[in-house]
Amino acid sequence: MQHYIVEFSKYFIAFFMVIYTLESFIALFKKRDDKKTGIYIRQDCYIFLIQFFSYLTMCLKTGQIEYLFFYAFLQIALFSTLVLYQMIYPKNNRMVLNHMCLLLSIGFIMLTRLDFNKAIKQFFIAAIALALALIIPFFVHKLKFIKHLKWIYGPAGILALGIVLVLGQVTHGSKISYTIAGITLQPSEFVKIIFVFFIASLLYEKSGFKEIIISAVFAGLHVLILVASRDLGSSIIFFIGYLFMILIAARNYLYLLLGFVAGAGASVLGYQLFSHVRIRVQAFQDPFSVIDNQGYQMAQSLFAISNGKWVGTGLFEGTPKDIPFVESDFIFSAIAEELGGIFAICMILVCLNCFFVFLKIAMDLEDIFYRLVSCGLAVMYIFQIFLTIGGGIKFIPLTGVTLPLVSYGGSSVLTSLIIFAIMQGMYMIFYTEEKVRMQQQNRESEIKVKKKVNQFEEFEFE
Amino acid sequence: MKNLNLNSKEDGLEEKKEDKKAQGHKGNREIIFTGIFFAILFLSMIGYYAYYVHENSRDMINNSYNSRQQLLTKKNTRGTIYSSDGEILAETLTLGDGKEYRNYPYEDLFSHVVGFSTKGKTGIEAQVNSYLINSNISLAAQIENEAAGQKNPGDNVFTSLRVDLQEIASKSLGVSKGAVIVSNVKTGEILAMVSKPDFNPNTILEDWEEYVEDETSSVLLNRATQGIYPPGSTFKIVTALAYLRQHQGDYSDYYYNCIGSYTYGNSKIRCYHGTVHNGVDFITSFAKSCNCSFANMGLEIDRNIYSDIISSLGFNQALPVDFIYNQSKLKVDDSVSGEDMIQISFGQGSVQMTPLHLHLITNAIANGGTCKKPFLVNKIMSAEGKLITEFLPENHRELMSPKEAETLKMMMEQVVEKGTGTRLKDAGYTAAGKTGSAEYNLVKEDSHAWFTGFAPVEDPEISVTIIVERIGSGGDYAVPIAKRLFDAYFNN
Repeated sequence: MQHYIVEFSKYFIAFFMVIYTLESFIALFKKRDDKKTGIYIRQDCYIFLIQFFSYLTMCLKTGQIEYLFFYAFLQIALFSTLVLYQMIYPKNNRMVLNHMCLLLSIGFIMLTRLDFNKAIKQFFIAAIALALALIIPFFVHKLKFIKHLKWIYGPAGILALGIVLVLGQVTHGSKISYTIAGITLQPSEFVKIIFVFFIASLLYEKSGFKEIIISAVFAGLHVLILVASRDLGSSIIFFIGYLFMILIAARNYLYLLLGFVAGAGASVLGYQLFSHVRIRVQAFQDPFSVIDNQGYQMAQSLFAISNGKWVGTGLFEGTPKDIPFVESDFIFSAIAEELGGIFAICMILVCLNCFFVFLKIAMDLEDIFYRLVSCGLAVMYIFQIFLTIGGGIKFIPLTGVTLPLVSYGGSSVLTSLIIFAIMQGMYMIFYTEEKVRMQQQNRESEIKVKKKVNQFEEFEFE
Repeated sequence: MKNLNLNSKEDGLEEKKEDKKAQGHKGNREIIFTGIFFAILFLSMIGYYAYYVHENSRDMINNSYNSRQQLLTKKNTRGTIYSSDGEILAETLTLGDGKEYRNYPYEDLFSHVVGFSTKGKTGIEAQVNSYLINSNISLAAQIENEAAGQKNPGDNVFTSLRVDLQEIASKSLGVSKGAVIVSNVKTGEILAMVSKPDFNPNTILEDWEEYVEDETSSVLLNRATQGIYPPGSTFKIVTALAYLRQHQGDYSDYYYNCIGSYTYGNSKIRCYHGTVHNGVDFITSFAKSCNCSFANMGLEIDRNIYSDIISSLGFNQALPVDFIYNQSKLKVDDSVSGEDMIQISFGQGSVQMTPLHLHLITNAIANGGTCKKPFLVNKIMSAEGKLITEFLPENHRELMSPKEAETLKMMMEQVVEKGTGTRLKDAGYTAAGKTGSAEYNLVKEDSHAWFTGFAPVEDPEISVTIIVERIGSGGDYAVPIAKRLFDAYFNN
């Protein structure tokens, strides 16, 4: 019996993931909001069902009762998140909310499977972050002065990155974190957001040549510090995020082209200059020829993916723990192995869908500042996913970044949750703008009507 | 009045829509571009991932760094390997105490081709390892096994090997070192593959040290696919093909007067045992295997044509097979001296070839110029008899034109009719082939005996390639083995 449950759970999990993904794309193309409520509610059910079958499998497989308690707390946390958001912000974007909950749950399922202690640690961080994130939409929505703090964002970001470069701990050859009062922080994650605000506040009024040059100097500084800290992944994310913000602000494709050319040149230069870049490229080209050292991680990741095939081995049936850093940089390979290729592809599509929703929010906004912030965050979000998944499946060279909301890592999950909360704030700004517009229009049309009525009356009188 | 009011409200809404549209056109184009840009990026990534999962999931498990292999071995019993006539070639038996051992009922008969799985993995055991350790029995059966505390039976492998032909080949080689390959010309299926000296895979663990220390006989080497030999006169097939291509219309005008030896510069070569062939044409040179005549041709042939022939036949290249082999080596260009060229033209000197490669060329001649991909495994079935994978015949590529193949076939028939292969004459079938007596040592007059050929000539079905090391001429020692194999094949 147990065997049947475990085996069928595997298919259920993949099935619910597929319809979740399908419905999120249906919702994307539906115009009217009131018609989407059904989809949102069903999606919430799928999220809970995916977790139910996953934890059922894990409990039956291992006989660990702790998993059951963890599952209960997880359900409470997610349920309260969904309910509280609805209560505090009736005008939130429910697709963004659902995607956030789904990706978080996938992360917790995999962390429970890979390293239960890390799952518990991540749970506390996420719970606090979720509570914290609850107030962010309000701030973004109400505090108008955040537009004008450009000379705080820029230096603050550079300062934070600079501190890590000078004082940071070296982990696996890169300086990316430092510890304050027992908490290890990875500032490049938070600086991402500050950087987006900086570029947006610099360019929203005017995006002439002068402003672009200033922004380029600051962006270059950020990227250079990150390169010096050997934080390759973050530097590329900053760079790409910056390029697309410039494109949208200046509305000139030439800048994008120029940026890509410069980026390609910098990559070649980086390859020549740094041995750690060459090692990554070598491990990308043929991991099996250097399987004893630099290719080991890549090869193990490929083994995991091939072992998972389309439906996956089922939880606790594969050996994803053979991959070093599986719970942070290679969580996608673990998902691909145990939950299967279909599930993994759906997850990529959900991330892409989330990106589209972000862009849609940006498109509806009228205020250039908010538009830029939304686009910047959206591009950084999606590009980070591209780097981590593409690196894990050997589509591109490995850069070692996390999968937002899914991977283990306090700074990563906190930053991702803040980004999602900011996007909720953006969505609410759109509603306010819309309301103002509607009022204006109503007023205008009232005047028009009055005029018409006057004319009419005049006519009658005549 | 009321009516009017309603109308104008609708007007307002429409205006708002148009407003938004106009604004969308001017402000959102770059955002839409961004969306499309990343959508394309992600779709190509998903495409790559899907392709990867679809293509690679099999081979990865065989990598020794992949711990999933051990996991599967713990869950499943290794599957059985069968011959084409349903005999068990390798099976895993479980002792009373639950310990497993791999049993090879034919002991050393299939040692190289089936291989072993106890001390590393070789042969078919290595090639289809991932199938043998996977189990595809039904879920219900799996649950039953789990309840009973038993392992699941791994998938079974069905090969194209024939026990009868394998036995004849092995017995014919006797105590000599050498190799035999027999295959189906039309499909590329390998029917027998023997390498001598052989070993008993049942006791490989105990005998391992002895084999590794013995450097002279290379017991573990599969000579059929890995043995690198001078091909001797069998290589005249290649030189003849080059001459044919250069003299498409007038090869029948060729004439040479053999006096038993040929001198060029400082080097002098002789026909086998100094035989004097007198006046020979192109076809007789081939049938009688006249070294002097071929040396003469070798010097005349344009080096570019020769070089093209060599690369189109697959020298210095990967062969289309799934098992371990070595590449044949040969370089012919303008830097090769005339002295070396006359050696090459009859398969001595710098020519290095595996029996497998020669066999492929023979198959191509028998099959109208196109060679089939040689293969050993026909299908994989679950323990319950469900078909898991089937391997169908595949064309490798055209090694020569159908016309050239036809001419070579006719010439090889002449070898049997009136040349060095007459021991195959007057059987119940027609046969064609080429003998070789390859000198491996400049001092001694000893030679490796070669034969490669096929039957029946009208519509070739079966092909053989044989090498017997250090024994004498191909006509005397290799051709009789071919005859025994053909006889057995056609009597059935």
